[in-house]
Amino acid sequence: MATIYVDDRPCRVDPQQNLLHVCLSLGFNLPYFCWHPALGSVGACRQCAVKLFRDAHDRRGKLVMACMTPVADGARISLADPDALAFRAGIIEGMMHNHPHDCPVCDEGGECHLQDMTVMTGHDYRRYSFPKRTFRNQYLGPLVNHEMNRCIQCYRCVRFYREYAGGRDFNVFGIRNLVYFGRYQDGVLENEFAGNLDEVCPTGVFTDATHKRHYTRKWDLQFAPSICIHCGVGCNLSPGERYGLLRRIVNRYHQDLNSYFLCDRGRYGYEFVNSESRLRQARLGIAAGKWQSLAAQPAAAWLGKLLAAGDVIGIGSPRASLEANYALRLAVGPRRFFAGVSDVELRLLRLAADLLRRQPAPTLREMESADAVLVLGEDVTNTAPRMALSLRQAVRQQPLAELEPLKIPVWLDHAAREAAQERRGPFYIATPAATRLDDIAAETWHAAPGELARLGFAVARVLDESAPAVADLPPPVQALAGRIAAALSSARRPLVVSGLACRSAALLEASANIALALRRSRQDHARLAIAVPEANSLGLALLDPRPLSEAAGAEALIVLENDLYRRASASWVDELLAGERRLIALDCLEHPTTRRASLVLPAAAWSEDEGTFVNYEGRAQRYFAACPPPGEIQSSWRWLRDAMREAGREAAAGWQSLDDLLAGLARDLPALAPVLNAAPPADFRMAGARIPRQPHRYSGRTAILANLDVSEPPPPPDPDSPLAYSMEGNPDQPPAALLPFAWAPGWNSYQAWNKFQEEIYGPLRGGNPGVLLLAPEPRPAGDFFRNVPPPLAGRDGEWLLLPLYHIFGSEMLSRYAPAIRQLSPAPYLALSAADAGSLGLHAGENVALWLDGRAITLSLKIRPDLPPGCAGVPAGLEALPALELPAWSRIERGHG
Amino acid sequence: MVSPHPLVSLLAILLLALTLASGLIWFERRLLAWWQDRYGPNRVGPFGLLQVLADMIKIFAKEDWVPPFADKVAFILAPAIIVVTVLLSFAVLPFAPGVIVSDLNIALLFFLAMSSLGVYSIVLAGWSSDNKYSLLGGMRAAAQMLSYEVFMGLSLMGVVLLAGTFSLNGIVRAQRHLWFIVPQFAGFLLFFIAGLAETRRLPFDLPEAESELVAGFHSEYSGMKFGMFFVGEYLGITLISAMIAILFFGGWLGPGLPPLLWFFLKLFCFLSLFILMRAALPRPRFDQLMAWAWKLLLPLALLNLLVTGALVLAFLPRR
Amino acid sequence: MFGIVRTIWDVFRHGFQPRVTRQYPEQPAYLPPRWRGRIILSRDPDGGERCVACYLCAIVCPVDCIALQATEDAAGRRYPEFFRINFSRCIFCGYCEDACPTYAIQLTPDFEMSEFRRQNLVYEKEDLLISGPGKYPGYNFWRVAGVKIGGKDKGESENEAPPADLRQLLP
Ligand code: SF4
Ligand code: SF4
Ligand code: SF4
Ligand code: SF4
Ligand code: FES
Repeated sequence: MATIYVDDRPCRVDPQQNLLHVCLSLGFNLPYFCWHPALGSVGACRQCAVKLFRDAHDRRGKLVMACMTPVADGARISLADPDALAFRAGIIEGMMHNHPHDCPVCDEGGECHLQDMTVMTGHDYRRYSFPKRTFRNQYLGPLVNHEMNRCIQCYRCVRFYREYAGGRDFNVFGIRNLVYFGRYQDGVLENEFAGNLDEVCPTGVFTDATHKRHYTRKWDLQFAPSICIHCGVGCNLSPGERYGLLRRIVNRYHQDLNSYFLCDRGRYGYEFVNSESRLRQARLGIAAGKWQSLAAQPAAAWLGKLLAAGDVIGIGSPRASLEANYALRLAVGPRRFFAGVSDVELRLLRLAADLLRRQPAPTLREMESADAVLVLGEDVTNTAPRMALSLRQAVRQQPLAELEPLKIPVWLDHAAREAAQERRGPFYIATPAATRLDDIAAETWHAAPGELARLGFAVARVLDESAPAVADLPPPVQALAGRIAAALSSARRPLVVSGLACRSAALLEASANIALALRRSRQDHARLAIAVPEANSLGLALLDPRPLSEAAGAEALIVLENDLYRRASASWVDELLAGERRLIALDCLEHPTTRRASLVLPAAAWSEDEGTFVNYEGRAQRYFAACPPPGEIQSSWRWLRDAMREAGREAAAGWQSLDDLLAGLARDLPALAPVLNAAPPADFRMAGARIPRQPHRYSGRTAILANLDVSEPPPPPDPDSPLAYSMEGNPDQPPAALLPFAWAPGWNSYQAWNKFQEEIYGPLRGGNPGVLLLAPEPRPAGDFFRNVPPPLAGRDGEWLLLPLYHIFGSEMLSRYAPAIRQLSPAPYLALSAADAGSLGLHAGENVALWLDGRAITLSLKIRPDLPPGCAGVPAGLEALPALELPAWSRIERGHG
Repeated sequence: MVSPHPLVSLLAILLLALTLASGLIWFERRLLAWWQDRYGPNRVGPFGLLQVLADMIKIFAKEDWVPPFADKVAFILAPAIIVVTVLLSFAVLPFAPGVIVSDLNIALLFFLAMSSLGVYSIVLAGWSSDNKYSLLGGMRAAAQMLSYEVFMGLSLMGVVLLAGTFSLNGIVRAQRHLWFIVPQFAGFLLFFIAGLAETRRLPFDLPEAESELVAGFHSEYSGMKFGMFFVGEYLGITLISAMIAILFFGGWLGPGLPPLLWFFLKLFCFLSLFILMRAALPRPRFDQLMAWAWKLLLPLALLNLLVTGALVLAFLPRR
Repeated sequence: MFGIVRTIWDVFRHGFQPRVTRQYPEQPAYLPPRWRGRIILSRDPDGGERCVACYLCAIVCPVDCIALQATEDAAGRRYPEFFRINFSRCIFCGYCEDACPTYAIQLTPDFEMSEFRRQNLVYEKEDLLISGPGKYPGYNFWRVAGVKIGGKDKGESENEAPPADLRQLLP
């Protein structure tokens, strides 16, 4: 700790940091533009000027840029010095010369960092009377809107897009005062994290194009603390609602996970909630394709009668909350509760949970600081996107460590990047096909999943003699294993990343072996991360469901928030549902399973619901409703409760609120009891008051519903959380798990997170939200897995069909969002050029893919990165039937 | 003149007092308007007379609300106390020869006693509302009313000395030759000021000073409970006006006209005077109010008593 | 002391002076043009809707009685999809007019809008929109703003340079 004097006030600060960082950490209001907590300083905007004095007697001092000046013990600075004030006001005035008169029609207005800083410096009148500079805008795709006139040349966007997120199709063009930030020509931004430009850009140049279609100012949105439902990373977000419509998603800072950035699937996938395909009314199937709407009570009674009769099984879901799954498990009984995922996936999830019990998974922040990385089998960008952004930062660790003798601090971003040049830390990627991280990899290797596992086992063997040996390894692979092992073993914080994408237990076991080998050689900071497919995949596995394939034979079948046709082959599902069997589907969206259901109960979408998700680390995080579910819609667990009551099981289903349900869960499954601490209970109050979901300047309270009835209704009650559907409540900072949005006086933009952190870019005050459910057991870390798979034996005339993941398209819910749907790929079959050539096929041609004795016609795409003998199809597309991949298939020339 | 049965007087006086009090609301608003170059209520009924009725309907129709945080018993009791104590005082007022409920020989003391009881109502209201403004109002009322009561009693002693009786009937009769306003002008001024303070009328309405205390002790009151305070206040003004007429202006005595008419003529004069005070004078600070009471008015009252006593001893024949 | 008596006397004398009250329904009242009465939405000199749905009037309204939703036409001109004022809540403070950056929302010298049913005091855009520019005849926000709308390309607003040519290299 160092002591500096800010306007003669002594302050204890971090000596490793710059003056801007520490001033903001101390809570001072110092304007800035180009500096960003995660991107560091470049000194481009000159907005953060402060006076620095030589000593206590120096009255003149000199102006310095706070963001470029390292903290020195005993330094004396002044923020309020008249020269500094005048300088900062002058900088703003200069920026405003060319700024358009747009605020009223600018989507940034009301949450604009430029507005905030203009007010903070006191500039209020444009004295410059010459013409304003203008630019033409570009079409950047359905997600990001471009309005270039508003740019203030802070360079944050290029720095984020190119340097932080690794994008290539965006840059700065032009000269002198005509610099332009955009693509070289109109077109969709390619990077998966482009949406962060909305928040990174301090002005309205980049704004949310989906939000524009139903635009609402920040002050008018009703927010909730929420967790992303679109993958297993568990990023924290703030969904915002108004007039019953979910309007947009913004990032909610979490130090260990998403920090300041989200992926575009998480940010823009929300529109499924507003989709035309929402189920809004309970309905009963009376004949094929014929429905009859049902009120809530008779619908619950209908299900209650079935439950009372007894012969009912339940199928859970990896995208439903822990609570909803538990309610189903209770309604049908643990022995009749089945996993809503394929058997392989369930086995892998159990394995992943076991591995988490051996050793905690790294947080995303820890992944960023890893100095050697091996990605084994997972296309992280497309399965756990936000994780990929963190991994991308890891390659900087080793070069940054080398900067120490040069005395360049890490935050001095431009200098640090200049010094590191193109040097990158060891980063190895072994996946079935090319990934979006290949550009930073030292080496990549594409092979079938079994081969990748063998590579993994080989690496472990090199690291530790007691690990199982891999027979018949080709020398180049052996050499690669050696290089990977050398890189990992010489690193201080080595990291192995794998996942469930290849549906291969051997891959996970191989990864676990590497992690174990590293730890045995006293590398205590070695970490293993396993990406899980869906928001609550691990939570479902922890409820100990029976494998899906065993589900059969009952009178009736309750499917919770799940489309069975995505989980198992159509023939199997059809067989399961055949005969007189009743299917009861609880979900928020129409899909093939709900279309076949005898009874459909409309469940709340995640933004209208409250519950707990367990992410890839085993971290249980609670999400809360941004608005109550409309009309007859209610939480799945409430439907199940009502049905159980109708079935005469009041005692078992006595829950009135989420807390009651959670208490039951904790009693029933003591291992999961820590979920109670994921967020404060519903009776938590701050100074006797609830926590408001709406900003205190929420407008239209007495007019929103006045067209229906001029007497305002009271705000809806919320028995499940300590939050209120209101602007009234305690204005202080709530515990981080309950923080709906960031706003502080004078800080209307997302930069307001500064005011909620203990230290800038550090933990939120009151600790990072979420609890780890799978604490490592205090016994030794286990033994090596010994099942080394044999080398892949190619089959004549058959191809190993692999799933190819797409950030937009492979996940079900986000596909219902129009913007995401627009970016989803059309179904295709991918083959390497050589394989296509051997079949005499050309790109774009129709091919017939034979699987399970059935043919699917797909258009052919050539992917040079596919290993020989392997073919790929996009995973999870609705146009494709559920395929248990990898699998052997035949490919023929198609018709037409 | 035959005196009616006391029960008849009682009912008549009760009815009269209440009608008068509510009629006063209209009267005050018209008078205030008159002095302020306006019209006042002139739309409901002839001359706006039915305004009172409209107001009454409104106030009866309002929700009878007891705040959840209030002390319920005291909160409900308080408005009743003020009306009851003031009405009780009316029992001893001689309106005309024989028109009286009870010709007490200690009527003046009874009046003083009842008006001291009135302060309980205000203090209870302020305290039971459990609201800082109400409490402040209640405390102010207690201090103000106790202080002004002291010399209100003293200021009347001159009259008693002159009349030689506490009976109001006796006092009126003692003025057959000379209204006491002449020998007791100082006593009249002191009693008038004390009367303003006792009824918490402007300029001495500090217990409910809207600009500082919302509405003081009755901030939390609404509906008919508030109405009772209102009626209590007007009853209080009527009472004090009647007392002035009786003590200093010879009550019903007067030439020509029937005694009851004389009485009401005088009564309305003083009522108007009360209203004129309200129209004309601003509110003092609370410390000024207390300082006047103890440092100016009390010594004056004592002096008045002393001088009157001395003169009575010197000039009036012993009885 | 004398002052008090004098005051009382002066006030008493006022009883004999003429009344200033105007007997309103019989005698019409004069309302100055800046009177804060019934609210309207105006149009710009070209006849287009002035309101750009910026929500500033809604946020500034102390009783929160304005609700609207922004939308855009195909050419990028923003306007309110609906615009609702609940006049049973409005206190005619005029803040909305002060906040409006486009002179769209204006208070007018008309207060005769009583209703027997409160519901009838809820005005929608159709009830609010008038056909002229109201108190501010000349102003058109879109001629000042930098965004492009139908009929006005980039660089065609007042005091704007033509769009920058990014390919030129002159210093
Ligand atoms: S970027 Fe900010 S300052 Fe510029 S027009 Fe938009 S809201 Fe206004
Ligand atoms: S577009 Fe935004 S982030 Fe990029 S330089 Fe301009 S203002 Fe900065
Ligand atoms: S005049 Fe005042 S209260 Fe009425 S709508 Fe405008 S801002 Fe709201
Ligand atoms: S302030 Fe003006 S432009 Fe903005 S929404 Fe209101 S009326 Fe429309
Ligand atoms: S923030 Fe320091 S120069 Fe931009």
